[in-house]
Amino acid sequence: MSLLPMLWKEVVQLRRDRFTLAMMVGIPAIQLVLFGYAIRTEVRHLPTVVLDQSGTPESRALVSTLRNTGNFEITGWVSNRAELADRIAGGDASAALVIPRDYMRDIKRGRTASAQMIVDAADPMASSAAMSGAARAGAARAAALAPGSRPALVEMRVRPWYNPGMRDAVYIVPGIIGVLLSLTMVLITSIAIVRERERGTLEQLIVTPIDKTSLILGKLVPFLVIGFVQMSVILVLGWVLFDVPVRGSLAVLYLLAFAFIVANLGLGLLMSTLVRSQLQAMQLGFLFLLPNILLSGFMFPRQAMPEVAQWIGAALPLTYFLTGLRGVLLKGIGLEQLWAEGMILTAFAVVLVSASVVRFSKTIE
Amino acid sequence: MTDNAVAWEAVNVRGLRKVFGPRVAVENLDLSIRTGEVFGLLGPNGSGKTTTIRMLCGLMTPTAGSASVVGFDVIASPEQVRRRIGYMSQRFGLYDDLTVAENMRFYASVYGLRGDARRRRVEEQLAELGLEERAGQLAGTMSGGWKQRLALACATTHRPAMLFLDEPTAGVDPASRRLLWQWIYNLAKQGTTILVTTHYMDEAERCERLAFLSRGHLIAVGTVKEVLTHFNQPTIEDVFIELQRRDEGAIV
Repeated sequence: MSLLPMLWKEVVQLRRDRFTLAMMVGIPAIQLVLFGYAIRTEVRHLPTVVLDQSGTPESRALVSTLRNTGNFEITGWVSNRAELADRIAGGDASAALVIPRDYMRDIKRGRTASAQMIVDAADPMASSAAMSGAARAGAARAAALAPGSRPALVEMRVRPWYNPGMRDAVYIVPGIIGVLLSLTMVLITSIAIVRERERGTLEQLIVTPIDKTSLILGKLVPFLVIGFVQMSVILVLGWVLFDVPVRGSLAVLYLLAFAFIVANLGLGLLMSTLVRSQLQAMQLGFLFLLPNILLSGFMFPRQAMPEVAQWIGAALPLTYFLTGLRGVLLKGIGLEQLWAEGMILTAFAVVLVSASVVRFSKTIE
Repeated sequence: MTDNAVAWEAVNVRGLRKVFGPRVAVENLDLSIRTGEVFGLLGPNGSGKTTTIRMLCGLMTPTAGSASVVGFDVIASPEQVRRRIGYMSQRFGLYDDLTVAENMRFYASVYGLRGDARRRRVEEQLAELGLEERAGQLAGTMSGGWKQRLALACATTHRPAMLFLDEPTAGVDPASRRLLWQWIYNLAKQGTTILVTTHYMDEAERCERLAFLSRGHLIAVGTVKEVLTHFNQPTIEDVFIELQRRDEGAIV
């Protein structure tokens, strides 16, 4: 194994490459500020669960009115509050309708019956749509039951969870961590091998007995460290500038980040073994970046996307890392709810790094 | 390296062929180089010299034919070959952004030297090649001659049994050229087999045996005297010019 010499060489080279180092910390900071103060949209078909404690024709009418707004898709029924909280924390549902036991009785007696709409506001774009949709559904039922009555016979109380202030930055910043890590890690490694090829140093290196694994890992490990630094910088800046909370465990976050960064480095290295020039590597990198921004759920909620777009999103490591980031930072959930994301990211990492080792050939043809 | 024939032969090439798409770079090449020999590979640009060397070093896979280097088959056991050879590519292949000593240290480590042994070897080579004063200089800031000294140091750090030099003196000043050749002879004297390509006729004449390649074909092998007789020319330079003329004639 020649891993240590390879690592030593890469670190010495990186230390001299002040420009790259500055870019890798500077770009995230700039992007964070730019993105943090921007971005918005409309949402349909939010997965919604219903806790119908009333179980009456009147409560079912409210559910169908809610469905008719188009903002919600009823994906399940729960039987208690704990189950409801689980569904939202786990990300199965983004909203929940709670109809209390005396809903029908209140209406019969002419009192204001109130239903509760709980919205996962960790995603402000989705939740603002949910809130207005819920309010419309409530008003529609009230109008149907007793037009013009004051106060309205049905009222919908909306409770945003996780992000009570409904601030976009809280939602955007975790996303930025994921997108920037993906961008910088893939771009920097996609040129790593092809640059040595272009400069002629690869020819001299592969004529030695150095093993492929050392060569690939030597290129990978230094950037893993840089990735962690990058993520930490954005976390701290997000906290200082935008009050982005860290509700869950940082250890879980860094564990997920480890798998995610390695997956991206692996992908970059794999690209590097496929392209013939640094220019091609950059182009391929940017090609990869677009679906990451558009389809991972970074800017637009994935539930609102056509099926094909959702499939593509499901093939991106970023999609799973975003769920993890938002889960840990905003919802405070841990590995028991994020183990699936962790496993998928780990699988991405193992497959991509192995593929780049296999793909890399110690020849110059 | 058990049998004598193998020990006696550093390179044995049979029917070696390499094509790039429609272009034939090397065609049906047979070649045998004795252990300890300084062997010159000559020919105009594009005659297949570099491709041949690259195949012998395991950097390119032959389209057909076989080749063994220092007793190992280059296709079946390229890593065994790599461990025992040194290679200086035509283009400077070391790291411009590492210093002279860092480049040497890196290559010494890649060949498995560690700790004290590595430090001693780097110091020894710095002294041998007169690079001591430049140990801390970035390789990219040196001139051609110094770069080639460094490249030679890195290619021989593991004391290879065989050294491949692809135009080691191209773009190098006459003083450095003379020095490089001195080192090449020293290595040969210590038993290192050397395969060198060159465009300089005085260098060609220093080789014990020569092979001429023309458009991928081997057209003559032998001592300088034998080659001169074969082509009926007074100097190696005339042989070269005659070959180039034939090549161009063939194209027209």
